[in-house]
Amino acid sequence: MSWLVAVPVVLPLIGTGLTLVLARRPKAQAVVSLTVLSLVLTAAVALLVRVEDGPVVMDVGGWAAPVGIALVADRLSALMLVISVTVTLGVLVYSLAQGLADRARAAPLAIYHPTFLVLSAGVSNAFISGDLFNIYVGFEVLLAASFVLITLGGTRDRIRAGTIYVVVSLVGSLIFLIAIALVYAATGTLNLAQLALRLPEIDPGTQLVLQVLLLVAFGIKAAVFPLSAWLPDSYPTAPAPVTAVFAGLLTKVGVYAIIRTQVLLFPDGRLDEVLMVVALATMLVGILGAVAQDDIKRLLSFTLVSHIGFMVWGVATSSQAGLSAAIFYTAHHITVQTGLFLVVGLIERRGGTTSLVRLGSLGRAAPALAALYFVPAMTLAGIPPSTGFLGKAGLITAAAESGTGWSYTLIAGGLLTSLLTLYAVGRAWNMAFWQEAPEELPRASTPAGLVGPAAALVAFSLALAIGGGKLYDYTDSAAADLRDRMPYIVAVLPDDGRGTGQSESASQGGEGDG
Amino acid sequence: MTPDVTVDISPSLALVLLAAVLVGTGVYLLLERSLTRIIVGIALLSNGVNMLLLVSGGRAGGAPLLGETDPAEMSDPLPQAMILTAIVITLGMMAFLLAMAYRSWQLNGHDEVQDDLEDRRIARRAARDELSPRAEDDAGTSLAEDAARTRDETEGGPQVHAEASHHPAALSETDEGAKP
Repeated sequence: MSWLVAVPVVLPLIGTGLTLVLARRPKAQAVVSLTVLSLVLTAAVALLVRVEDGPVVMDVGGWAAPVGIALVADRLSALMLVISVTVTLGVLVYSLAQGLADRARAAPLAIYHPTFLVLSAGVSNAFISGDLFNIYVGFEVLLAASFVLITLGGTRDRIRAGTIYVVVSLVGSLIFLIAIALVYAATGTLNLAQLALRLPEIDPGTQLVLQVLLLVAFGIKAAVFPLSAWLPDSYPTAPAPVTAVFAGLLTKVGVYAIIRTQVLLFPDGRLDEVLMVVALATMLVGILGAVAQDDIKRLLSFTLVSHIGFMVWGVATSSQAGLSAAIFYTAHHITVQTGLFLVVGLIERRGGTTSLVRLGSLGRAAPALAALYFVPAMTLAGIPPSTGFLGKAGLITAAAESGTGWSYTLIAGGLLTSLLTLYAVGRAWNMAFWQEAPEELPRASTPAGLVGPAAALVAFSLALAIGGGKLYDYTDSAAADLRDRMPYIVAVLPDDGRGTGQSESASQGGEGDG
Repeated sequence: MTPDVTVDISPSLALVLLAAVLVGTGVYLLLERSLTRIIVGIALLSNGVNMLLLVSGGRAGGAPLLGETDPAEMSDPLPQAMILTAIVITLGMMAFLLAMAYRSWQLNGHDEVQDDLEDRRIARRAARDELSPRAEDDAGTSLAEDAARTRDETEGGPQVHAEASHHPAALSETDEGAKP
């Protein structure tokens, strides 16, 4: 059953080929994409069940682990897969409905489906890869797809925003590549499990350099404060479904990589205090940026940056409870942020703009839309009993348990950020829904096909809140596995330090110090 | 391959210097505003990083996998495979960047990366210390109007206040708040 791990990568890639061939037949493309992502979701849920008995490992091509590439799904990966594929599927349905509604006006974009599937494959690959270089490949796959999606249509605004995004992403990738070269030079391996065994043996100074380099590389992807300026600049100009899927997934891939490498490779947490400072700065600077914005898409992009700080905070607490809360928060944030951006897409359709200066009167004109915005907005701000509240409560509890001065500073910062988030989304609500519009609203409708997926994602985040206890149990055991490290290492390199498959003896594969 | 402990990993100085020069010039070009220079910069930078990957494989040796050299004398094939992957990826990205630079030239007549308009607008507004145009209270008066009409007892009357205010007074004689 270990082939199940490869499904989330292989199936979308096959789907990409099919949709490219079917470029002239949009309906067939839609059927293929929907089928592929539904199958991937099924596989991801099956994995979620399977990882209860320990991580599922697949040695690609039948080559044993440290020599070949390993795909690993442990609890963290499986949860990320399920959430990300659910969200991707929701956004796909939304964009299909948008395509149907806009057919008269918009030219059909034959490349949308293939690119979207490549993006999904890249994200999944980053989540399940058990090899540093393979994570890099996953990043590049999703980046290449995201470059196409963010410049879709090639208008002046999108080219300008896309340029910044592309250049920053490429520089981030090159820094990651430098880190990979140095890690390989220092340890002679890139397999995560083997790295976890070998890194503690090398010089502590070298370890620190590698840790910082990896953090910088992933920090750019995750938009952590000093490296976050590109995000609010580039995301808002893309089409609504694209912004939604970017906001939900791409930064979280960076967060996932930070969690994976910091916990598995550098368990002694020497940079925890630095991470705490960075988390605090990310939260505060991000939310202050959001408060200043007059455009709802830009406002949400800034809250996105700000709430990345919460996840980094969870990693920095360096405790099982904190890590568990960080994973919970990541799952919560993927769902809510994507849902919010989809709802903003609906607002843009109904109101004809995303500028809060020109929006208004929507509360009367579209009460359902108002409810749809209100629920995820309050979830984002962390009003009980939403997932946002549960995640923040978990983080604060974990920080209070450690009880250092920095922890209390971060608790204060986190609470302030939550309040300011409430202010920012509340202000947007006030201006878009309650105040009179300065000019008459355009006569536009929001088709049920578009409201459906957005509502489904909002409902999914509510379901996560209802099942919050179960989800917390799950993330607790995921965090326990991660902190223990041995389940992951043993699953990839059982007994004799080899994975399953070819390459007969241990003497053949650079496994000298075992 | 023999156990790692016997592998000599001291790199060649020439390669390290080459990597340093490539990365240095690459970063310098990357800091320009013109997209063409950025592209050349990224090309140089990525070649420098590839060189670093090559160095990470240790000393050069005989051809691997063919079975002609003693395993102890072989080059490490893994970094070379990674460099190939990285080169292919960079090629694709570079093609995309070039297309984008061309598109930018088509649209704007140049390929310089522009500032974000919204950012500049907000920065200008902050510099002028203005409030958001839609900041209103329940009665529908904007905060700027409110500030102008509110009597400030400490400053000796509304006239002084209106002069001292950052926000231009929208009303004066007809203002109810200003009447004694």
